[in-house]
Amino acid sequence: MGKTLFEKIWESHIVVEKQNEPDLIYIDRHLVHEVTSPQAFDGLRMNNRKVRRPDLTIATMDHNVPTTDRSLPMLDETSSIQIKTLENNCKDFGIKLFDISSPNQGIVHVIGPQLGITLPGSTIVCGDSHTSTHGAFGALALGIGTSEVEHVLASQTLWLEKPKTFEVRVEGKRKNPHAVTAKDIILSIIKNIGTAGGTGTVIEYRGEGISDLSMDQRMTICNMSIEGGARAGLIAPDEKTFDYLRNREYTPKNYESLVDSWRDELKTDSDATFDKQFILDINDITPQVSWGTNPGMTCDVDEPIPSPDEFSNGDPNQKKGAEKALEYMDLKPGTMIEDIKIDRVFIGSCTNARLEDLIEASKIIQGQKVASTVSAMVVPGSQMVKKQAEEMGLDKIFTDANFEWREAGCSMCLGMNPDILSPGERCASTSNRNFEGRQGNGGRTHLVSPVMAAAAAINGHFVDVRKLDLN
Amino acid sequence: MKPFENVKSIVTPLDMVNVDTDQIVPKQFLKLVQKSGFGKFLFFNWRYDENKNIKSDFILNDSKYDGSKILVAGDNFGCGSSREHAVWALDDYGFSVIISSSFADIFFSNCFKNGILPISLDSKSVEKLLQETNSVEVDLENQIIKTSSEDISFEINSHKKKILLEGLDDIAQTFQFEDKICAFEEKSTIPSVL
Repeated sequence: MGKTLFEKIWESHIVVEKQNEPDLIYIDRHLVHEVTSPQAFDGLRMNNRKVRRPDLTIATMDHNVPTTDRSLPMLDETSSIQIKTLENNCKDFGIKLFDISSPNQGIVHVIGPQLGITLPGSTIVCGDSHTSTHGAFGALALGIGTSEVEHVLASQTLWLEKPKTFEVRVEGKRKNPHAVTAKDIILSIIKNIGTAGGTGTVIEYRGEGISDLSMDQRMTICNMSIEGGARAGLIAPDEKTFDYLRNREYTPKNYESLVDSWRDELKTDSDATFDKQFILDINDITPQVSWGTNPGMTCDVDEPIPSPDEFSNGDPNQKKGAEKALEYMDLKPGTMIEDIKIDRVFIGSCTNARLEDLIEASKIIQGQKVASTVSAMVVPGSQMVKKQAEEMGLDKIFTDANFEWREAGCSMCLGMNPDILSPGERCASTSNRNFEGRQGNGGRTHLVSPVMAAAAAINGHFVDVRKLDLN
Repeated sequence: MKPFENVKSIVTPLDMVNVDTDQIVPKQFLKLVQKSGFGKFLFFNWRYDENKNIKSDFILNDSKYDGSKILVAGDNFGCGSSREHAVWALDDYGFSVIISSSFADIFFSNCFKNGILPISLDSKSVEKLLQETNSVEVDLENQIIKTSSEDISFEINSHKKKILLEGLDDIAQTFQFEDKICAFEEKSTIPSVL
């Protein structure tokens, strides 16, 4: 019987296989950032261990870096210590670091692909749940905890139980691909399968609706696999993938011969079967807006907010969750999405802060102004994205519209740096989680695409971007 | 890691689904560079209001549950971020067993690295435990939760059970396979980054 892409990558990375026990899996790439690594390096020191393969390990600082003028000293002392700690650890253990002044600094999941560090068919880990992003290149990319970070640093391997396989097939063509984006596809998938729908599985996204997408868009899809509960998300590499990675700063020298072998090997066999399947038809999907406190609590832009009864489908626990969410979000069932006024707009994060995201958002705001009741910011995913956008004049479009144009980092996706919502503030955000307090204690997050966020900034409330001329 | 020992205590019922790691430890506490002392930050935004006053309606603030070592919660516990700080906080606060109808994958895995036992039960048993007011004993060796009215058995992977019972150091175990790791590296086709 045939094999899935995931099974092929898994099997080619088994170092030790035991009956009824986890497999020891080799890790090809380890990405490290400041928040989940200090305790791992401490563990190495305590046990007198070294980093086994510094040449497979890359570090950057992204979670709590300021996005304002970086020539100024950092005001937050604990953040500053954590950043300094990463610098010292990288120096002590011989790890390549893209520090705060590097032109390659940025969100770890944005810079990996941009630098050609992410490769098809490889295994990639990072102490960050959104590592699933790299699956867009046909890599098996897993988010891990700090103990596992330490394990990979020491041994370049991990003991892992083999996940199950989950096919998410995206069929059809979007009528207006500028208005209905990759973000709307993945939010729609999560709304349907639920936030635990992918637990214990690796999702492979397949079908015309996926192969049509650009690499930036595919990354948005794979990025939010974790919001569907999955261990990882994968898309089989094709010519778009190979073109994207060609001639990047760290693309391997023997790249073309690697591509030749990937072209043959890295796909799911036609007679392979999956443990689970979900099919989404995107012919009629609309822009999505989350209304609650987990990414599954999402509805169409032209729908009213559902009542807890409608949402829960008879499950009393889900109903209670929806009631609590509506209370936290200060929303009433039946309210139309377009009637929700917003205070803040955040265009950023490892989900939606790549060049294409910024280009699409800039088309909405060109020649317009942010509503007087709204404060809006753009935080490019990496310094390289920022530079490319500036070369295209996008920064000018944003700042002319009264958006703030910031330095690269995770920023208000999780508010570990000074970029946070005040209690009660409502934000249209291109990030990935709308959990209580995620963007600031008491803050209210609505997850949307970059174009939906941009249109909300201009209008002061959500707008169905299908009504706008986007071509 | 300390070996897991049987636990006997009252259960703290956290009757909520989809409890995410942002709630277990809010982001402002992730800036610390050590593993200890996270207990005081556990469920911080649910335990305290904006002025750091105690919210009396939150279960952990009910003195009835002081000293409880067993947390029972609804479906999909520990979803969201990979932060191991969530497990460090539960551990430091005093919990050594977490019971739910399902766990998010990364959180589940992080528990075993820190000597915490996550137990998945069917929803009915979880509902019952949420109502349990008497002391409950969790016996890992025999895979049984003993309540005042019945014994509830639970499943656990034998390898994971062994890790907890013996308090094994993962990395030391892995180093026993050094020759296999070297052999793998010899034939690997993925080039180094630098």
